[in-house]
Parts: sequence; structure tokens; C-alpha cells
Amino acid sequence: MLEINNLHVKLEEEDKQILKGVDLSLEPGTVHAIMGPNGSGKSTLSYVLSGRDGYEVTDGAATLEGEDILDLDPEERAAAGLFLAFQYPIEIPGVGNMTFLRTAVNAQRKARGEEELSAGDFLKIVREKAKSLKIDADMLKRPVNVGFSGGEKKRNEILQMAMLEPKMCILDETDSGLDVDAMKLVSEGVNALRSEGRAFLVITHYQRLLDHIKPDVVHIMADGRIVKSGGPELALEVENNGYADILAEVA
Amino acid sequence: MVLPALNQDATDARLANMTMSDGGVWANTARESALARVKAMGLPTARDEYWKYTNPANLVMANPPEAALHDNDSVPLYDGIDRLKVVFVDGVFDADASDDLSLEGVEIERLADVLEMDIHWAKDLYGVLEARGQTPVERPLAALNTAYASDGLVIRATGQASKPIALIYKHESTTSDAILHHVIRVEEGADLTVLENGPAAARFNKAMEVDVADKGAFHHVRAQGRDHERRANTHIFGRLGTESIFKSFTLTANGRLTRNEVVLELTGDDAQAHVAGAALGDGDFHHDDTVFITHDAVNCESRQVFKKVLRNGAVGVFQGKILVQPDAQKTDGYQISQSLLLDDDSQFLAKPELEIYADDVACSHGSTSGAIDEDALFYLRSRGVPEGPATDLLVLSFLAEAIDEIEDEAIADDILSRLEGWLARRRG
Ligand SMILES: Nc1ncnc2c1ncn2[C@@H]1O[C@H](COP(=O)(O)OP(=O)(O)OP(=O)(O)O)[C@@H](O)[C@H]1O
Ligand SMILES: [Mg+2]
Repeated sequence: MLEINNLHVKLEEEDKQILKGVDLSLEPGTVHAIMGPNGSGKSTLSYVLSGRDGYEVTDGAATLEGEDILDLDPEERAAAGLFLAFQYPIEIPGVGNMTFLRTAVNAQRKARGEEELSAGDFLKIVREKAKSLKIDADMLKRPVNVGFSGGEKKRNEILQMAMLEPKMCILDETDSGLDVDAMKLVSEGVNALRSEGRAFLVITHYQRLLDHIKPDVVHIMADGRIVKSGGPELALEVENNGYADILAEVA
Repeated sequence: MVLPALNQDATDARLANMTMSDGGVWANTARESALARVKAMGLPTARDEYWKYTNPANLVMANPPEAALHDNDSVPLYDGIDRLKVVFVDGVFDADASDDLSLEGVEIERLADVLEMDIHWAKDLYGVLEARGQTPVERPLAALNTAYASDGLVIRATGQASKPIALIYKHESTTSDAILHHVIRVEEGADLTVLENGPAAARFNKAMEVDVADKGAFHHVRAQGRDHERRANTHIFGRLGTESIFKSFTLTANGRLTRNEVVLELTGDDAQAHVAGAALGDGDFHHDDTVFITHDAVNCESRQVFKKVLRNGAVGVFQGKILVQPDAQKTDGYQISQSLLLDDDSQFLAKPELEIYADDVACSHGSTSGAIDEDALFYLRSRGVPEGPATDLLVLSFLAEAIDEIEDEAIADDILSRLEGWLARRRG
């Protein structure tokens, strides 16, 4: 599904290397988790994959289902099936959440040569998915993320993911700022989307999320590299002992 | 008092070929005194402080530059709204194209007829609100309008108007130089909506005097057409009685030169005045909103919401003032002027002012100028919305606060669809 080889990334504006050779390979149907200290480059990886400006790829490659994505526009990557749930979702005053969702869904359908959803069909699907995430009608009407609580913003990200049905889902700290119940809702939302044709890359600091969304592989990122990969037990080790032992071991 | 030479020259040049119409005694008096005001103030030049950001030369000169005609919308604005249509072609009333001027709850007359009459209630308003609006800042082009206008409407709402009056301003001659003057009186408890649409002329000087009596409501939505080369200066003079409402919204897309002045006086307690505007300019576009709101009564609210979207060297200007007189306690005044610059060539010049002489007031103002928010743009694109439509969505989101000032939902939707059209045409 997603293949990342020797990815090197620096900031466009400064001479600062952030990713220093990342290798990752995700098969369809799998869930991979990335953990790692603050500032190790996890969000940068997710931004570079989804096409945000400000980064320069100095070496390496990333492909989605065999297609090189690093030269595509963000909207083309989205249409190809990539989705990023933001660590800090953006507020857009003046654009209704519903309008935003419908515009996005229909833009992707159009890009794939599919017919746009009718207003009625769209409404039906949104309502149903919103309900399972406990997003009420008011939140759908309000401007995108404006005045949403931290947890509401994260649930709104998952709603977008559920509506867009991407193949490759990257979740950047979707669990941060969630209370216990919201964490369950979000996890259920993610689990409902798990399928053979879809892969997940879950960035998190906490083992707790991984109790709900069981990963197949856990990676540890440090200083711009994946320094260790293993099974779910690796997340437990981090939870209990922090990163010191792992970092010492690979140093 | 002696006028500065430049103003004197500009005034002499303009007045040389103008002839004043002859009418009823009151009308002639109103015109003569307006002409005296023009001569005393002098027509503006680029040296005048109030015209620092907008060069008035083309608005003042005797013969304006020509303005090419532009295709109109295939579906006219306000098409879906049941309305009484009144058509002016290059500033002249067109009876054949207009509906019958009869409307439940409203009396409508032609200014041309009214000015001929020996006696008419319009005597107490025509040129009267304009003259009041000359202090503390002079507006000589409005006095010029009063002196020379011969067409327009005189409207008196006595109850709930059964539908809006839509003034349609057609531009059919590339050399037209039009003056229109409307006088509107909203009687106690009455409710009137006036819509305007169209470029009107190659050059347009329009004045509208609106007197809203106690508990009256006046709603106004205007669009200034799609012509690129037309020039316009407009004045709205409003006086608001106790518990009255005045709401005005203007959409300006295109136009080489526009100066819209709004001068409102809140004279009765608990009155509410909202003025808003959305302006979109691409290239040869200079748009100036100049607003002056005077609070002279207790517990009144005023809002100014002006948004401008500028690209390819377009220029936006905002001069907005809230003046709170000593007795106008509990005034709630709000003013926001913002521009969205779509490139580095465009420019926004703003002069927001508060002048407050009462102590128990809540007034706020803000002015910003910025580019498209890159984070928001990326967010939208990451959801699959291509750059063009994503940018448009952010432009509309920027304009939303101004559009929200239009109370009627159907009218707001129509205005919004015109904005979308303007943006879509620019994407090709
Ligand atoms: N635009 C930028 N300008 C300057 N520094 C940046 C920029 N983007 C990322 N960095 C730096 O790159 C490093 C990696 O940041 P990144 O956000 O990817 O870390 P992270 O692993 O997601 O951290 P966290 O766990 O705190 O979310 C940090 O040192 C950060 O300060
Ligand atoms: Mg991060």
C-alpha cells in the first residue's frame, strides 16, 4: 500500500534536516503505529506524505500502491486515497462543516471520474456517520472546527475520514486531548473502517489508544529515523520504560 | 472664504456647462442653496484630506472618460424575488421597462414630477439630509447632485411594503453621465426594502436621502453591476428615529472607480444602523467605502462590516468613522474593515476612526489586511479540494461576515451566487 524508502527531508527555508532516511512498508489491511519522542519527525513525515509546502525531499521516495506520490499536489494524493487526520485540525471560519464535507467528497469523486453524490444521499450518509461519532446537527452546521473543543475537532477528523473512505489513513495523535469516552468513539470509528484494502499509520504517544486499535507493527522514530520496529509489545515497553532504553540500545 | 485655486478651478470647469432645471419654488430654492454649497465648498481634488486615497479627478471633471458596455448576467440579480421593478437607463427613468409604480403600503413618485410641484412633503428632505451631512466633513459631490438632479424616485412607506422596490440601473451609452437622486421616507412603524442593481452609466453620481421615523425599518441591498470601466460616486444620507432600523449592504464587483459614502445620524434612542459591503476587484479597480456614523441618542447600535478581495493590482479604500456625541450613552459601535490580498500587487488603505464624547459606551474597531491562509488552504486540499475551488471557498469564508448582514435569506443566496460566479469566471 504505502512504501517509504530512505526518505530524507529538510525544511525549505532553513538548512535543517528533519527526516534522515525513513523506511516503512505497509501492506493493505494492516495497522502500523509510530511512537517516538517529541520533535523526532512524526508529524513532518505525515505532512510530507500529504503534500504540505515548506519541506524539501532531498533523497528517497514514497509510493502509494506503486505510484510515486511526492510530486503530486495534495488534492491528487487525496484523490489517490491518502488521508491525514491532523494533529492540530485547522479552523475555517465562514465555511460550514457540512459544506466543507460535501465539497471534499464530491471533489474526490469528480477526480476519480465518479458521479457526485446528490444532496439527499450525502445528507443521509453524513447523518448516519456523524451519529456514531456523537457529532450532533449543530456541529455539522457550524463553521469547520471553529469553537470546537479539542476532542470535537478530533472526532470531526474521523468523520471526514469516514466520509472520504481513503485507502491509506494517517492519524497524527488523534488520541491526544480525548477523554476516555471519546477515545472509545474514535477507536470504534477507526476500527469500523478497518478492512482488507485499507491500511493505517497511527502516530501516538500512548499505549492506551493501541489497546483499542490493535496495531500489527509498532515503530519507534527518533531523530528522523525509524530506529526500531516490533510487535504490540514494543508499545508496552515504551509505556513502562520510556524511550531511554530503546535509544541507548540502538545508539 | 476663498477656495484653494485647485478646487476653484475644478469647480469652475465642472459648472461651466451645467444647467439647472426649473421647477417648483421649493425645488428651485433647494437647488440654488445646493449650488451655493458647491461653490462655497468647491469640488474635491486629490489634495483634499478626505480624498487622500482616492483621486476624485474623473468624478469631478466636466466630461468623463468613456466606459465600454459589459454583458449583463443572463439571469438578472434578484430574479427569483417578487419585486416592483423600476428601470433607469443611463440615469433616465424608463416607464415602458418599469412596473406600474403602485405598491401596497408605499407611495412612489418620480422625482422629476415632484420637483415640478408647488408643494410636496419631499421639500423637508430633498437636499436637507444632504446639507446636514456636510458637517463636519464636506461632501461637495452630493451637493452637486442635489443642485442638478432631475430624475430619481420619491418614496414614502406608510406601512409594511408588500414587496421590495428594485431599482435597475442600465448602462447603454458609453458616454453617459448620470445623476440620480432618491428621497425616501419610512413613516412610523413602516417597513421598506429597496434593492438596487446595475452600473447605471459611464459615470454615475447618485444620492439617496433616507429618513426613517420611529420604529420604522429600512432595508437596502445594492449591487453595482459588472461593468469594468464605469465610474461612480454615491451617497446615502440616513436619519434614524427612535427604535428604528437601517440596514444596507453593497456588493461591488468590478468598476474602474467607485466611491460609496454613507452618512448616518442616529437621532432617536434604541436605533440600529448596519452598513456592510463586499467588494471584489481584479486589475483596474479602485473601490472606496467612506462611512460616517454619528450617535446622537441613547442605547443605539451601529455596525460597519466591510470586506474587500483584491487581485492584480486592485485597490481598496476604507474610511470609517464612529462619532459618539456627549449624550449618546450606552452606544454600541462596531466597525471592521478587512481586505484579502490575493497577490502582492494589490493594495488596501484604511483609516478607521473613533471619536467618542460619551463615557458609557462600548465601541470597537479593527482593520486587517492579509493573504489566503496557507494552513487552511492545505487543509482543504488535503481533503481533495483542488487549489482553485479551495481558494474560492476561503474567499467566500472571508466575505461571510459581510454577507451575513443581509437579513433576507433569498437575497443573500442570490448575492452569494453572484460572488461564486465572479470567482469561477476568474478560474476559467
Ligand atoms: N516549519 C518548521 N519550522 C521549523 N522547524 C520545524 C518545522 N517543522 C518541523 N520543525 C522541526 O522539526 C522537528 C520535528 O517536528 P515534528 O513536528 O515532525 O515532530 P513530532 O515527532 O511530530 O513531535 P510531537 O511528538 O511533539 O508532535 C522539530 O524539531 C520541529 O521543531
Ligand atoms: Mg507531531
